[in-house]
Amino acid sequence: MTGGATRAEVCVVACAEAWRGAGEVLASPVGGLVPALGARLARLTFAPRLLLTDGEALLVTGGGAVEGWLPYRRHLSLSYGGRRHAMMGASQLDRHGNQNISCVGDWGQPHRQLIGVRGAPANTVNHPVSYWVPRHSRRVFVERVDMVCGVGYDRAAAAGPRVARYHRIVRVVTDLAVLDFGTPDRTMRVVSLHPGVAAEDVRAATGFPLDVPDDVPRTRVPGTAELRLIREVLDPAGLREREVRG
Amino acid sequence: MTADGGDKRMTADEAVARLRDGMTVGIGGWGSRRKPMALVRAVLRSSLTDLTVVSFGGPDVGLLVAAGRVRRLVAAFATLDSVPLEPHFRAARERGALELMELDESMVMWGLTAAAHRLPFLPVRAGLGSDVLRVNPSLRTVTSPYADGEELVAVPALALDAALVHVNRADALGNGQYLGPDPYFDDLFCEAAREAYVSCEHIVETREFAAAGGPQTLLVQRHCVTGVVEAPGGAHFTSCAPDYGRDEAFQTAYAKAAADPEAWAAFAGRFLSGDEDAYRRAVADFAREGA
Repeated sequence: MTGGATRAEVCVVACAEAWRGAGEVLASPVGGLVPALGARLARLTFAPRLLLTDGEALLVTGGGAVEGWLPYRRHLSLSYGGRRHAMMGASQLDRHGNQNISCVGDWGQPHRQLIGVRGAPANTVNHPVSYWVPRHSRRVFVERVDMVCGVGYDRAAAAGPRVARYHRIVRVVTDLAVLDFGTPDRTMRVVSLHPGVAAEDVRAATGFPLDVPDDVPRTRVPGTAELRLIREVLDPAGLREREVRG
Repeated sequence: MTADGGDKRMTADEAVARLRDGMTVGIGGWGSRRKPMALVRAVLRSSLTDLTVVSFGGPDVGLLVAAGRVRRLVAAFATLDSVPLEPHFRAARERGALELMELDESMVMWGLTAAAHRLPFLPVRAGLGSDVLRVNPSLRTVTSPYADGEELVAVPALALDAALVHVNRADALGNGQYLGPDPYFDDLFCEAAREAYVSCEHIVETREFAAAGGPQTLLVQRHCVTGVVEAPGGAHFTSCAPDYGRDEAFQTAYAKAAADPEAWAAFAGRFLSGDEDAYRRAVADFAREGA
């Protein structure tokens, strides 16, 4: 049962949960509207000490008051200092958590040029990172990414103990499930299936073998107070429904 | 003020006339934000070519790439912000027509910082484990000489022959003031360059700076600046807060035209075939049509 919540609303709460227990760090939802709603929901409920920006250079409170200044240069310093948990998008993700937002195909002459590596290389070796994938598919979840922008567990381990020490991929939230890298060999596994989604649905939409425990739980659905915040305060226009299909 | 008094005022075309083919040119701003677009348009009017461009890429990169002026790009991304992918950059990459040094965005900052400090490199953790090292075989790592023995990426200095930036206010001597929420990295671009050209919305008397904002708004210092260009609307169609926001309708038209060679030829003919005054008139006409 979803308690009347839509799939998009389940995803908002699943994104919010990524920041549970993060403490007094910057929540940077840079991968879409649903993670942005999730970060704000977390701050207004169970993670009140999170720092949030206005999407530009200002740090703002849950009520929108300016409490600080974070232009790009200070954002980069904060990222290097580790007190940040970003949720990025991913055009491709592999089973070790390597992420690509740069290009599809051969880097020398890509089949499809995307935005570029942006800050993914620095983010992933300096502070916790999660990913949001609004359409879970074999195009995204691939055996090998074409360009490693965000560093996965295998590459972090190979890069040395200091890199591995600061490297952590907290979770991957998709329109079908919540995933993490909690297996002994740090490969992707399903943590919970969204209401109405079968394990086979997720396996069929994933381009590599995926660990789905037999007793895998359902993703928690939003509570009444959370639904009210999402619908009345954070996204009254319902734009979240455009980012997540049905 | 005389030339002896340090008056550095010049036109955009005069600034660009001082540049040479093959130069490494840094372009300030970020994405589709406070880009020195009037100076970029002056480059388009010139015959300058074979440039290496260092940029937090936006339509500056797109326009120069579309006009075939860029041999090599040093960047972490190219975006129009409200339109995620820069269409000309994308097309050039997919044609295999653009040499790219693709770095993490913090590596661009540290490369400019190294150049500004006259250091050969600066060590960073960014890049380790990623394919930034694979696609840039010239990048090297450096090992800490201290007990930790940590291996880090040695970001090479991104020394610039010239920098082009746009700010809200400047005086004739080359001091530049930003009045928006973010300085971006325009001071670093100027400090990393042998010659910097600063365009601004308005040239003001030095004493007028204090009334507009606190001393921390004085971003660019005159000792790094070669030329000052008064260019009202000089960041158009990117944003230049608080003087104006991004011209989203125009940017949408730009992105749409860029997707098709015929449409692009028409767009370039309409907006980019004359001088800056002609550009402003064409933009005003465009705005009236949309109203």
